[in-house]
Amino acid sequence: MLSINAAVSDLKRLDLLANSDSPIHALDARAKVLVTIIFSISVVSFDRYELARLLPFFIFPAVMIAYANLPPLYFVKKIAFISPFVLMMGLFNPIFDRAVMYHIGPLGISGGWISLISMLIRSLLTVGAAFILVGTTGFTAVCQALERCGTPQIFTLQLLFLHRYIFVLADETGRTARARELRSCGRKGRGIASFGSLAGHLLLRTWQRAEHIHTAMRARGFIGRFHAHRRSHFGVTGLCFVLGWTFLFITLRIYDLPGILGALFTGILP
Amino acid sequence: MSHHIVEVKNLQHVYPDGTIAIKDVSFRITHGESVAIIGANGAGKSSLLQHLNGCLEATSGEVIIGDTRLSKGTLPDIRRTVGMVFQNPDDQLFMPTVFEDVAFGPLNLGLSGSEVDLRVREALERVGAGHLSAKPPYLLSGGEKKRVAIATVLAMSPDILVMDEPTSGLDPYARRQLMSLLREFHHTKIFTSHDLDMVLDLCPRTIILYEGGVMADGPTRDIFLNDALLAACRLEKPFSMQECPVCNKSADTKKL
Ligand SMILES: Nc1ncnc2c1ncn2[C@@H]1O[C@H](COP(=O)(O)OP(=O)(O)O)[C@@H](O)[C@H]1O
Ligand SMILES: [Mg+2]
Repeated sequence: MLSINAAVSDLKRLDLLANSDSPIHALDARAKVLVTIIFSISVVSFDRYELARLLPFFIFPAVMIAYANLPPLYFVKKIAFISPFVLMMGLFNPIFDRAVMYHIGPLGISGGWISLISMLIRSLLTVGAAFILVGTTGFTAVCQALERCGTPQIFTLQLLFLHRYIFVLADETGRTARARELRSCGRKGRGIASFGSLAGHLLLRTWQRAEHIHTAMRARGFIGRFHAHRRSHFGVTGLCFVLGWTFLFITLRIYDLPGILGALFTGILP
Repeated sequence: MSHHIVEVKNLQHVYPDGTIAIKDVSFRITHGESVAIIGANGAGKSSLLQHLNGCLEATSGEVIIGDTRLSKGTLPDIRRTVGMVFQNPDDQLFMPTVFEDVAFGPLNLGLSGSEVDLRVREALERVGAGHLSAKPPYLLSGGEKKRVAIATVLAMSPDILVMDEPTSGLDPYARRQLMSLLREFHHTKIFTSHDLDMVLDLCPRTIILYEGGVMADGPTRDIFLNDALLAACRLEKPFSMQECPVCNKSADTKKL
């Protein structure tokens, strides 16, 4: 059950990254949320068979990771983690969509495969951007920014509690699993039979802990509103950040940069 | 100031599963008093304390803080007045870093950024946890968590301090530190403890709970001298009032 604990500390690490200092971290949360949304829309709105024109968009996560001093390997791993799920979702594309689109020598590549890869790239980009957003801003601040941009409070509050609840659940799971492991003496315990009661027990315990924490929050004056400590205002830097990236994304979305570059090269080369 | 009075009248609490945790408890604690609530495991100490800031709702009876009767409407005010340190620090710490956790209360009080900074640093210094401020709470040791949990409450500068077993899990040095901190806190304070030497040191008055009821309420010294009462409530004298086993032994070895 070590994997559970590892997964949790990994998740917590994402939250902690948001506390470091960098030019990106210092930006207003709303600016980052806005850019992330525009980025995701630009990426997702491409044609389902698009490949080459998606690639320039990798510049955004790359620049953000570099300037925010985030550990690149950590994000690569996080993002790689989701690819099996995406592949599973797109599994049937190559089966249903057999029309050949490209030829590499004698090999014909069907539209299904292209759309599968395109989907994979798009989810890597958008999920990566979301991770980077949380890693540079913090979940609380992201929710607050959403609220300040007009998302109903009931929704953002739910998100926040969900986020907290995941940690509580993971914590309790880790503890219960360890207790069980230590007392099953390396064997499988009582096997699947004990898992039912274990899961029920876990649910109750998590519930109780979540309730205790909520009590503690209310005891310290919580009345349904999270305050982020980092109070920032949009400012000129925020505006430049938003305008700069938006300009780039729209340009990349409208003009076929790889195509133009390719044409340039083939034009130059005889 | 009548503001710091804590009055409990005929309090009873029955948990949903039918356990009667508190039966007919009444007492009145006046301004600036320092009171210990002691009792065996499961006597109902934690349950009682949790009524003082409305974390648990009384099945019957009432709680009055200052001039205000505890009810849904007065709860926010009462929670500002009564600072509560829970028995399990894991229940109390929930933010990503120690600093943010301690800042949570002051931010909810609507204080400004610089004031919050100041309060957080002050509170952490007072419990000797200044160096922990950037750490995530879940990476702290048990005693460190406890100290941070105490800081979260101090940062809100409550008028009445309520603590559930504040010294359990602390090392002797941290215990001394906490004791001197409590001595400096001149408002009303109420805490439960199995650390009877601390009780003897800090609290002129003691209330003994036994199976959910008040068995004794009076001067600490008198209570600890009453052997029959202590035995009936599954309690023992503080070490400082017992004969010293080490000295006796050394006397014995000399004789040999
Ligand atoms: N949530 C609960 N549901 C049911 N019974 C409880 C609950 N919490 C505590 N109890 C019971 O209430 C009694 C008093 O508990 P508690 O106040 O925690 O004791 P103490 O803090 O003095 O050790 C115990 O018998 C305990 O088993
Ligand atoms: Mg208790």
